[in-house]
Amino acid sequence: MSKKIADAFKNGKAFIPFITAGDPSLEKTKEFVLAMEKAGADLVEIGIPFSDPIAEGVVIQEADLRSLEAGTTTDGVFEMVAELRKETDMPLVFMTYLNIVFYYGYEKFFSNCEKVGISGIIIPDMPYEEKGECEAIAAGHGVELVSMVAPTSEERIRMIASDAHGFLYVVSSMGVTGVRAEIRTDLDSMLKAIRQATDLPAAIGFGINTPEQAKKMSEIADGVIVGSAIVKLVAKYGENATPYIAEYVKSMKNAIR
Amino acid sequence: MTNPKGRFGEFGGQYVPETLMNELIHLEQAYEHYKNDPEFVAELDDLMKNYAGRPSLLYEAKKMTADLGGAKIYLKREDLNHTGAHKINNCLGQVLLAKKMGKTRVIAETGAGQHGVATATVAALLDMECEIFMGELDCQRQKLNVYRMELLGAKVHHVKSGSMVLKDAVNEAMREWAGRVEDTHYVLGSVMGPHPFPTIVRDFQAVISKEAREQILEKEGKLPAAVIACVGGGSNAIGAFYHFIPDKEVRLIGCEAAGRGVDTSETAATIATGKMGVFHGMKSLFCQNEYGQIDKVYSISAGLDYPGIGPEHAYLNSIGRAQYVPVTDDEAVDAFEYLSRTEGIIPAVESAHAVAYARKLAPAMSRDQSIIICLSGRGDKDVASIAKYRGVEIDE
Repeated sequence: MSKKIADAFKNGKAFIPFITAGDPSLEKTKEFVLAMEKAGADLVEIGIPFSDPIAEGVVIQEADLRSLEAGTTTDGVFEMVAELRKETDMPLVFMTYLNIVFYYGYEKFFSNCEKVGISGIIIPDMPYEEKGECEAIAAGHGVELVSMVAPTSEERIRMIASDAHGFLYVVSSMGVTGVRAEIRTDLDSMLKAIRQATDLPAAIGFGINTPEQAKKMSEIADGVIVGSAIVKLVAKYGENATPYIAEYVKSMKNAIR
Repeated sequence: MTNPKGRFGEFGGQYVPETLMNELIHLEQAYEHYKNDPEFVAELDDLMKNYAGRPSLLYEAKKMTADLGGAKIYLKREDLNHTGAHKINNCLGQVLLAKKMGKTRVIAETGAGQHGVATATVAALLDMECEIFMGELDCQRQKLNVYRMELLGAKVHHVKSGSMVLKDAVNEAMREWAGRVEDTHYVLGSVMGPHPFPTIVRDFQAVISKEAREQILEKEGKLPAAVIACVGGGSNAIGAFYHFIPDKEVRLIGCEAAGRGVDTSETAATIATGKMGVFHGMKSLFCQNEYGQIDKVYSISAGLDYPGIGPEHAYLNSIGRAQYVPVTDDEAVDAFEYLSRTEGIIPAVESAHAVAYARKLAPAMSRDQSIIICLSGRGDKDVASIAKYRGVEIDE
């Protein structure tokens, strides 16, 4: 039995890296995930690539295209996770766009998630109002829909947080994913509003890339999510990225311990 | 259970990142308020009349009618509007609304450049900052329109992500909007995207059928047998259809860009080849592969090469109220030349798709029936690419 999202938050602050599946190959994705676990990652977000990822900055957009050009399919990602499960029981979640899940078929998609031990999913283009699309089917297969709150959410935070599952994904900044030099959002107020509405852990993502930023974020949240900074290493080192990713994850996890 | 808000049957909805949700809610509230505000309505009417040149003519195409030997052909002349297309109707409405909402900056996507030009035009008139997102390939194909937008004071972003065409321009405009909603309104150019856009754009374009219905009743004393319009996202078509929807005897026909044919991969005919999906904020029909990756689409017309269709069209198709037919590049180019020679009117290559289908339909109909073709835009912008299609190289 693989671990659940809640387990990721049991050993202090959680470090949550993101990786685009199939960039440069599914075989390498498997290797990257295992290396990240060894380096201290508490939960890994595996991105199923989409042709038109509207919430992503350039780094992850390009990773999605590289992966699709390499022939990655949703079925291939499920097979890779099934292989991965032979070597780890760490909690894993998917990150992808609704059309990928919708077109595959909600029942088939979430039943496959259950089979391979995916415990949650983040769908950035499915806001609170539209989660009726697949919430019940996902829950029926033990897959938690992770809700996002954004700097613009304001009074919506209470509504979203009080009805959330797994963890709250706190979007640190306006715009899309990608490395930022500075995060200016009033995250303290956002976290305060979340804490008033739920006991679920909250992790901050979007824009974080340095250990200093991660440390600062971990002081107010339960976890830190990092995507583009890792995907950049894959873009730069390709098949040889494993040691660089491991070293980076270690430095980030150490910063928030 | 899906959220019933902003739905046309099962189509539509609000599939956007959380960052944009409050902005969409504010937009809906502002629109619901201003659409009934006498001052807003009067201002928009004045702009439509005295700036855009409305009402547009309903022109009886006598030579075309005689040549085809069937139903009487009328052209709804949206090509005579300021900026040369129906796009100005929506831009005047949305930019005025944005101004009332206190926004100081507008952004928009554009394919061929018509919506970008219309947005830049209204932004200049209403003193708004303006930035346009246009795919790099489209920028190269439509250099004149890029310069035209810059002339009007807009900044044009050449979008180099993805396949560098219209859908990528929409992606980039949405990303930009998610980064800056405070002072910025996204002037979506078609009846697509998340609620409330399909409704807002339809309402601003519905002036086409409101006028056309009155005009045809005045001229013919009865309703037309059919209304024909080209469909990409579907804004001129929904505008041309809207006030005829309750008139069950009026056939509503949307002409999709089949490109090199619906049995080839070089097509943009969404109703003919697309499947249900969720993209660009809406549930609708999309051209996509077996894993839901959005397809690259193709048409000679940069205004119709969009992989989706507005949710209200998907709905009208699903209930059988409107019918959608594919028209190939060849047929559209023939119609482009035909209308130019027969009536002395050079249509946009988009609108030529509608003219092409009318040429097939009219001869099979009787002389006491009439057809309205929505001539959504003028064809000056297409002259160079049609020449190229015919093997003539022209330096633009």
